[in-house]
This record gives sequence, structure tokens and C-alpha cells, in this order.
Amino acid sequence: MKQFGYVRAGSVAEAVRIAGEEPDARFLGGGTNLVDLMKLGVATPRLLVDVSRLPLDRIEELPDGGLRIGATVRNSVLAADPAVRDRYPVLSQALLSGASGQLRNTATTGGNLLQRTRCAYFQDAAKPCNKRAPGTGCPAREGAHRDLAVLGHSEHCVATQPSDMAVALAALDATVHLHGPDGERSVPATDFHRLPGDRPEQDTEIRRGELITAVELPPARPGGNSRYRKARDRASFAFALVSVAAVLDVHEGAVRHAALAYGGLAHRPWRARAAEAVLHGASATEDTFARAADAELAAARPLRENGFKVALARNLTVGVLAGLAGSAARA
Amino acid sequence: METSNPPAGSGDVPRSAVTGARSEVILRVNGTTYTLAVDHRSTLLDVLRERLDLIGAKKGCDHGQCGACTVLVDGWRANSCLLLAVAQDGRHVTTVEGLSDGQRLHPLQEAFVERDALQCGYCTPGQICSALGVLREAADGHPSHVTPYDADPGGTVDLTADEIRERMSGNLCRCGAYPRIVEAVADAGDRIRDGRPGDTGAGS
Amino acid sequence: MPPAPHPLSAPLLRREGREKVTGAARYAAEHTPPGCAYAWPVPAIVARGRITAVDTADALALPGVLAVLTHENAPRLAALEDPTLAVLQNDRVPHRGWYVALAVADSLETARAAAEAVRVAYDTAGYDVRLTAGHPGLYTPEEVNGGYPAVRERGDFDAAFAAAPVTVDATYTVPPLHNHPMEPHASTARWYDGHLTVHDTSQGSTRVRDDLAALFTLGKDEVTVVSEHVGGGFGCKGTPRPQVVLAAMAARFTGRPVKLVLPRRQMAAVVGHRAPTLQRVRLGAGTDGLITALAHEVATHTSTITEFTEQAAVPARIMYRSPHSRTTHRVVPLDIPTPSWMRAPGEAPGMYALESAVDELAVALGRDPVELRIRNEPETEPDSGRSFSSRHLTACLQAGAERFGWLPRDPRPALRREGDLLLGTGVAASTYPVYLAPATAEAHAAADGSYRIRINATDIGTGARTVLAQVAAAALGAPEDRVRIEIGDSDLPPAVLAGGSMGTGSWGWAVHKAATALVARLRAHQGPLPAQGIGTTADTGQETAAPSPYSRHAFGAQFAEVQVDTVTGEVRVRRLLGVFAAGRILNSRTARSQFIGGMTMGLGMALTEGSGLDPAFGDFTECDLASYHVPASADVPAVEAHWLDEDDPHLNPMGSKGIGEIGIVGTAAAVANAVWHATGVRLRDLPLTPDKVLPRLPVRPH
Repeated sequence: MKQFGYVRAGSVAEAVRIAGEEPDARFLGGGTNLVDLMKLGVATPRLLVDVSRLPLDRIEELPDGGLRIGATVRNSVLAADPAVRDRYPVLSQALLSGASGQLRNTATTGGNLLQRTRCAYFQDAAKPCNKRAPGTGCPAREGAHRDLAVLGHSEHCVATQPSDMAVALAALDATVHLHGPDGERSVPATDFHRLPGDRPEQDTEIRRGELITAVELPPARPGGNSRYRKARDRASFAFALVSVAAVLDVHEGAVRHAALAYGGLAHRPWRARAAEAVLHGASATEDTFARAADAELAAARPLRENGFKVALARNLTVGVLAGLAGSAARA
Repeated sequence: METSNPPAGSGDVPRSAVTGARSEVILRVNGTTYTLAVDHRSTLLDVLRERLDLIGAKKGCDHGQCGACTVLVDGWRANSCLLLAVAQDGRHVTTVEGLSDGQRLHPLQEAFVERDALQCGYCTPGQICSALGVLREAADGHPSHVTPYDADPGGTVDLTADEIRERMSGNLCRCGAYPRIVEAVADAGDRIRDGRPGDTGAGS
Repeated sequence: MPPAPHPLSAPLLRREGREKVTGAARYAAEHTPPGCAYAWPVPAIVARGRITAVDTADALALPGVLAVLTHENAPRLAALEDPTLAVLQNDRVPHRGWYVALAVADSLETARAAAEAVRVAYDTAGYDVRLTAGHPGLYTPEEVNGGYPAVRERGDFDAAFAAAPVTVDATYTVPPLHNHPMEPHASTARWYDGHLTVHDTSQGSTRVRDDLAALFTLGKDEVTVVSEHVGGGFGCKGTPRPQVVLAAMAARFTGRPVKLVLPRRQMAAVVGHRAPTLQRVRLGAGTDGLITALAHEVATHTSTITEFTEQAAVPARIMYRSPHSRTTHRVVPLDIPTPSWMRAPGEAPGMYALESAVDELAVALGRDPVELRIRNEPETEPDSGRSFSSRHLTACLQAGAERFGWLPRDPRPALRREGDLLLGTGVAASTYPVYLAPATAEAHAAADGSYRIRINATDIGTGARTVLAQVAAAALGAPEDRVRIEIGDSDLPPAVLAGGSMGTGSWGWAVHKAATALVARLRAHQGPLPAQGIGTTADTGQETAAPSPYSRHAFGAQFAEVQVDTVTGEVRVRRLLGVFAAGRILNSRTARSQFIGGMTMGLGMALTEGSGLDPAFGDFTECDLASYHVPASADVPAVEAHWLDEDDPHLNPMGSKGIGEIGIVGTAAAVANAVWHATGVRLRDLPLTPDKVLPRLPVRPH
């Protein structure tokens, strides 16, 4: 790790201004991923702008019934928030299925969204990787890729996005608020993360110098219930092999609303629009859920060693939706 | 020796802070205040171990993957290997050295000894600090992955064995003391239920 | 001998418990002498080749950098038997991750930055890191780890197997496994007046002292190695590892004390690993359930610089009656890191395969697997014909079955459902040999009535201080708290490492002998003790050198209940229960911890742990603790360990067999057998992760 400058920003405007003056500046939130990557020589900032103490640590009710989550709200605080647990259980569950208690106490909402892939080649600075060093190649396509993408990958990159929280946010139609040198803007969570295409070095749509300031949740659907389920190698403290975030509203046996997103399958949380199209208006049966999953997963292009993810995603889809439909029926 | 910056942050940012490689920080560790010039690259873990000779927090992986470095920062358990010391300016840090009250062990420490919830002992300080955080988090009603979905969001979480296992899963133990760690955490939780857990340690 | 006030087997609290829970216990890297410098190693990034150039200019230009050691400037070392210690001695790179340089600086941060700034150029060569059953490089070694012959044949296996009415022929694979003790390999070295003192994390500092003396051409009295507290080892700290040599070199080169802690990610390449094994097991039996033919054939790998052959077929030589038997090992040298010991080398992977095959045989025969094992108990050790000093496998199986609630059990698979979960139970046997090695100890009686025992034993988490105090107290007839124990320093009387489950037996024998001699001297002494007290020394060289006429092994039985999630393929253990017969248990509290710990590591071997060599780069792909899944607390449910009182007079004065390793033996088979019982699917490739389990489960209706 080379030496770097450090400054603690007193305001969002100051943070953005300082970062704008130094091309190799990075914002420091909880640091749980950034410091890790700096130790690996994967991230090599010349300046850290500490934004962890900015006044962005509140969870606020919005007039329309939604929720505004400040970017520095800690993952554990967000997961424990009564409003989140009550109205957006999928988000609380996703957060609690990720990392460890210690990491959740440190990691921030904004930083969680910017987690980088756990692909072994990306993390080893001595190896080629198009994401870390554009143009050097992607050894994962032929190499160790059991944990990597089956959907939306490109010849340049087969990495997966590791955040559980981001999958829930995609299913909840959240909005990411950004503050940059050119002012403020917002991006739907479903569009925030990119597919790798020929620019895998770019994980998200965030622009140079932009700071995540908040995430907004739209009002929870009345009658909708939501759930997150994650399959992993270890019972706790492991990244997802596949995860699914689902919001389901069933009325008189038919699906009135469904939102579905997958983790562990792609370079971004995979919002399953094709599956949702099958679900909408259909009867809430396991058969429907399986057809929905199949419609989405028809596009899967598994690599040599990760074909199991397709069946796993299908099973999880059916399992989670059936669980939600069942609890709706019992309610 | 390079010169270090004054404490970073608050007010106008001096240009030197942007270009310098060291800054002065104030750390309050186990009730003692230290003013230190730290290399920006230094983690809290390395400052504790190499500068302050507080060797209770252990370096197991240095990447937040094992939990041996767990300490409490402003009362919250955290992996000190991933915290840059410079960013902890003004924080209150509690390490395992700060838990016992002179000769009297903290109930968690007592329980770990009695239950033989350790073997090589290397993960133990992290386990104990983590457990202290777990007791506080449960008392504050923080849910875990295994808390029932319909649990009362305002209520205290009952620390069943499953709850303890899940909440302690950020602390790896290669000697395999887990079953006895779960017993020890449950014992300690019982013992200190009357007081408010988490306040026993100094400095937090 | 007077009756001991604290008899052996008492559940005494471990002596260093308080130091460990308060953070006062100091490990190897927790000594910071004045002027201490920090080192950071530079690993090779090619799988095979030669170093053509090392550019250290950028590294040396960093303020605070003291030196960069390379093969061009590092102190020359004398040649030793272990080539993995010949660091920075030549330009050869035998595998990726081999150390090619070492940066030394006045801070940890600068040392790491300097290591990253070192530029090394290589001439690369072709390489091969892939173990396959048909690898043309496989050969039969002279002997395998532990000094056993690579091949043993009895009777006519081929004919007996061909004639057997019921047979099993299956191949099981265990991937490379990493020890990953929680304390990384670490050393703090300093030279003072020509004397080298090192705090090293080691399972035996006498050997480290001896090797350092040989490497640096010093007298043994010119080197002191201290291993006061050791954060686990499980075999990978059994002999010196490169960090201690590098730290000593750097300290000599810079004239400063030097501290070196290996980064976790580099450990897999330099501290040893459990070699992968491809194991074909063939069993033939009569319809009466008696095994007539047994073959266990193992293929494994080693590195190009040293031969280490995981002795996985060895336990098949002692486990079951088998009039016609063949046990073989073949090994292929690959361009990989050198494998070494990991908890129960040989037994852990070998008994996974053998005990899985026995389960398959039980299914093929339609017999209960507990009953089948009991039925095939041998009268004497099948391989040698020697009598067992004691063997209570049957009793362990019966006691375990009783405690676990094994019966009634419907042997048919895939019948027990709880929602999406399939449930099953499995059983397997355990075994581990009794090893003993020479040790020396001093016992001293002070004028104030206290005692002191000095021996270079090592506590790697076993509670050695505590149990040796019990042994001494029993022999002295003194209260245990009057006995001070000094261990963990090579200046103490030399003793064998904490490994091979032989520490307590070997050290305890020497302590018992010294203490017994002290009692005799005290009895003979007239009047008050002199001010300096009275001491005795004992050496068990003679006793331990005498070959035993007995076959000596610990045995055990392990029972597991698992759940398999049919949605995800996730396997989780619900219950583990082990019953062991390991001679006399000397401290029931710390012994239970060791058994449970071994079983937990076995659970990891079954379900979560696995590493792989990357054909494209030649290194381990699972090199950190996020990708190599050591079990977490949530993976480890109710684990119970029990034991039988076993009275075996053919061991040592304490009657103990050693308990550090048997707990891992058989666990993986018990779990895998339970997975079969749950699902009806026989998975023979560890670990049983969802990617392997899910595709084999029956397709769900939707």
C-alpha cells in the first residue's frame, strides 16, 4: 500500500469538492471493502476523503410513505430499524444474511452498494483481470468460476456483484441519490449496477467524483409481503451462491404484484422482469412460479462449473414465492 | 521522521492534509487517551498492537474474514483490521484488556474460562469482545438472520443457542470451541442480565 | 506411590486460561524489542522458473526501508534435509508463492509497501499442477508419511474379490485442505552478542532451535527459541517454516530485531497443506457380512522439492478383518507447494474413504452399519498379527449407538422429510495410532515445599501445562497448585513436538519419571532441604526406543445426523456424537474440548472446506478465509464427545493414548453416510457443497 492523503469532510459539498480536485481520490465510508482492497493492492487511492461522519446517518419517513436512508447509516442499524423490519422485511433479511455482525456494524449503506466483486482473479493484483486492469484478459472464463455469473456476462468479465442489500433494493424499486461535481441526481437501484459488456472496470453508473448521499424506498405495497433467501457454502458469514429477493402481493389467489431480483447470478442484482411478466395476473401456484423462473433463466449461459446456479435459482424462486403466497393465504 | 498533520476534519481542510501521509489522532482506549501521529495506512489493529502494546486484539487474517481483531468502537463491535486508525479520531475503543476490573474478570471472561471455551486462545479476545457486542445488540432488540420474522421490533431478543451461533459467526475458531463458546456466552448473558450488558467495559 | 491429592482425569481449569481471556498471553509476534523492524515477504508470481533479475531500487528508495533480501544478498545457509527452509538461496522457483525476496523496514506499513515495490523478472518454464488418477508421473514411494511401507499385500486380493458375492468398488476424493490455525506463522528474531533468540509460533521449539543452529552454523547453545503461547498448529507448525528462517536472516542482515508475520493469503503456499487424495476402495464380503477382500489404493501429490506422501491407506491395515488385502500409495511430484501434516495425516482422509465404503457395503449387504463393523472386528492387527494393547471399537460403537439413539433406524434412504428438508443419520469408526517419542524433564523440589517441572513441551491449545501439572502432582503426591510448570522454551530440557497426538504421552512419561525420581531422592534425604532445593533429571530415550510387541491405537465411533435442503442442496449437521477409547483421559475438561475440536474440523472437511490448484496459474484458488470456508459457529450444532474408561498397561505410566487427532477421524464419513441416508445419493467427492449436492438430488416437481 502506497502512502495516501486523508481528509475528513465536514459536509457533502466539501467532500465532493475535495474529491474533485484529486483524480485518485476515493470516499471512505465504513471502509470494510475499500481498506481490504487497498491491502490487496487492488485499490490504490492517493487521497481518502472520509465521509463516514457526514450527517447522512438518518432514516427518515417520506411524505409519500416511503423511507429515505442516509448513505452513512450502518448496515446493522438499517436492518434493525422498526420501519424497515415492518414494511420492507426483504431489506432487513438481506442485510442480516450478509457478512458478520462486526462488518454490518461498520459497513454503510452507500459503501455496501459499491462493494466490488469477490472474483479471485480480481482480488489478486498479480493476475490478469479486465475489471482491475482493463485489457489484460479474463482468466475466470476458463479458470475458477464456480461462484461467478450465469446471466449477463460478457467475454470480458464473468464477475458477480456480491452485495445482498443491493438485491433487495433492486426488488424494492429503490432509488439511489448521488451528489457530484455537476450537482445532484438520482438513479433507480435496478440501473445503478451495470452489466460488464466491454467496460467491466465500471461496476456502476456512478460518475467520477459522485458521492452516494441516500437511498430512497418507495412506499411499501399494501398487501405485499417480501422475503430474502440466500444459499451459501457455509451456514453464516459467506457470500451468496444464489440469492433471491421477492415482493409478492396475492389477491384472491392471483398475483397482483410481484418483484423479483437475484443475487449471485450476474454483474448486477438481476431484476427478473421476464419472470414478473409471467407472474403478473397469474394464479399463485408453484407451477406458475416455476414457469416464471424458467422464463427468466432461459437466458442463462452457465460456465463450465456453475450450471448448478440455474437450478438453484429456479428452486429458490419457487420456494420463496410459494412461502410468500402461503403466508398471504394464512394471513 | 515525517511531520504529521494536525487532527483532520472540522472546518477548512488544510492543503497539507490532502498531501500528507500522517495525521495526529486522539484515541481513547480502555479509558486512556492517547494522542498519536499515525501513518494513514495504519489500521486501528496495528496501532493497538505495535504502538500501544495492547496485544489482546489479534491479527488472524487482516481482511475482516476471521474476527480475531474484534474490538468495540463507541460500544459497537468491529473488525479493527479494517478500520484506519486515522479515521477513528476521537473514538472510544474497548479491547479485551479493558474488560476486567483489576483482578475481577468480566462475566464473559469468567464463563470462557469455566466452560473451557478456548484452546489455543488466539481467537478468544475477539470472541469475548464480539460476545459483549452480541449481548448489547440483543438487549437493544437488534435482529439476526435467525430471529423470527414476526419478532417484536422493539423487544429484546432472547439469546437462544441458535441466536448465539449466528451472531458469533463472524469469529472463526479453528480449535473448534464453538459449542463451549455458545455455552459461555449464554452463561454470561444470564449472569449480567440484571445490569445493562455492554457497559461493563471501560471506555465505551 | 502416595495417593495423589489431585488424581489424574480431574477436570482442572487450564492454567493459562486467565491470561488468554484477558489478552495478557503473548504470542510470537507480540514481542516488540526496542528498535524492532518489520519484514514482509515477496512471493513468486510464476509457477515454475528462474529469477533473472530483481529490481529493488524503488523499494529501497522508500523512506524507512532498511533492506530488501533476495537470493543475491541474503545470508548463506547450510543445507538441511528440509528444502522448504532454503529460502533466498538460489534463483529457482519451484512453485507459485515461493518466497523470492523479503522487505525490511522500520514500520509494518513501509515493509508492505516495499515488498509491493520489488520487481522480479523470471524465465518461466512449463508446469503441471494437476493430480489425476492416470497421471504418468505417479510412482510408488519407498515409504509414506509416518515411515510406513507404501505397499502391503496379504493373501490374494484379486481372487478373493472376484469370488466375493457382495462387493463395493468406489473412488473417493478429498481436495487439498489447509490447516489455517488462527494465529498466522510468525517470528520475532534478534541477535545479541552472537546469540540468536527467536519467538516463534511452533509446535516444538527444540526442533526449531536445532534447525536454526544448523542453518546458521551455530552451536545449539547459541540459539534460543521461545514458543510460550501458540495459536494453533494442526500440523503446519510441526517443524520450522520459512518465516522463522527469514526473520533470523533479516535480523542478522539489518542488525535489528525483526518481526515477521505471514500474510494469511500467502500461507497456503508456504506452510504446507493436506495433499489431495484419490482413493479407490474395494471391499468383498460374504453374504454373512464378513469381509474377505479389502483393497485401498491411494494416489496423491507432492512437490518437486521434497517427497511427502499422505498415508491414507494405512488405517485400512488395522481396521477390519481382511484375509486378503492390498493397500498401496502412489505419488506424483507436481509444481506445487509442498504438502505436509494436517491433523491426522493419513487417518483423516483414509478413514473418510474406508468408512464410506464400509457404509456402502452395509447397504449392499442389507446390514446395519454398526453391526457390520462389529462383525468384522479382527482378533489381532490384520497387517502384523500383533495383539492390540487395547481395542474397544465395539464398545465405542455400542455406547455411541445407545447415546445417539441410533436404533430404531429405518435403513432405507430418502424417507425422512421435514418440509423441504431430508434427514438422515450416519456412523463411522475412528482410529489413531499411539506414537511416543523421547523427552527429557527436570523435577525440582524447593525448600518452601513447592515443585518445579521443566520440559520443552508446547501448548498449542491442548492444555499441556495443566495436564503435565496433574501428571507431576500425581507422581509427587503433592497438591497440583504446588507444582510450577515451565514449558515452551528451547533452553528447557529437550522434548518432542506437540504433534502426532504424542505430546502428552511423551512429555508426561518424562515428567513422571523425573518426579518419581525426585520422590525417591526426597525420601532418602535427611533433614531440611538445602536452600537451592533438590532436583532430578529424567530422559525417556531408552523406554521409548524399545519397540512395543503390541499394536497400539485409539479407537472411536462417530454418529451424525444431517439435514439436506432439497431447495438449495445445502447440507447442515444437526448433531454429532463421538465416543472414544483412548486410554486414560488425563483431564476431562480439556480432553472434551480437544475431541469436540477435532470433530468440528471433521465437519468442515465434510461440508465446507476445500481448496483447488488453479491450472492457469499454479496456485491455490481458495487462499483466504473468505473463500476457504473454515466452519463458522452457525455450522456447528450440538457436538458431544464421550469416552470409555480404558485401562491399557502397555502405553506409558499414565496409561494415555493421545487425543488430539482422533476426533477428526471418521467425522467426514459419518456425515457423508448420513447424507446418503437422507437423500439416497452417494456423494464421493468432498466437500459436500450445494454445487455438488443439488444436481444429484431428485428433480423437484416444479
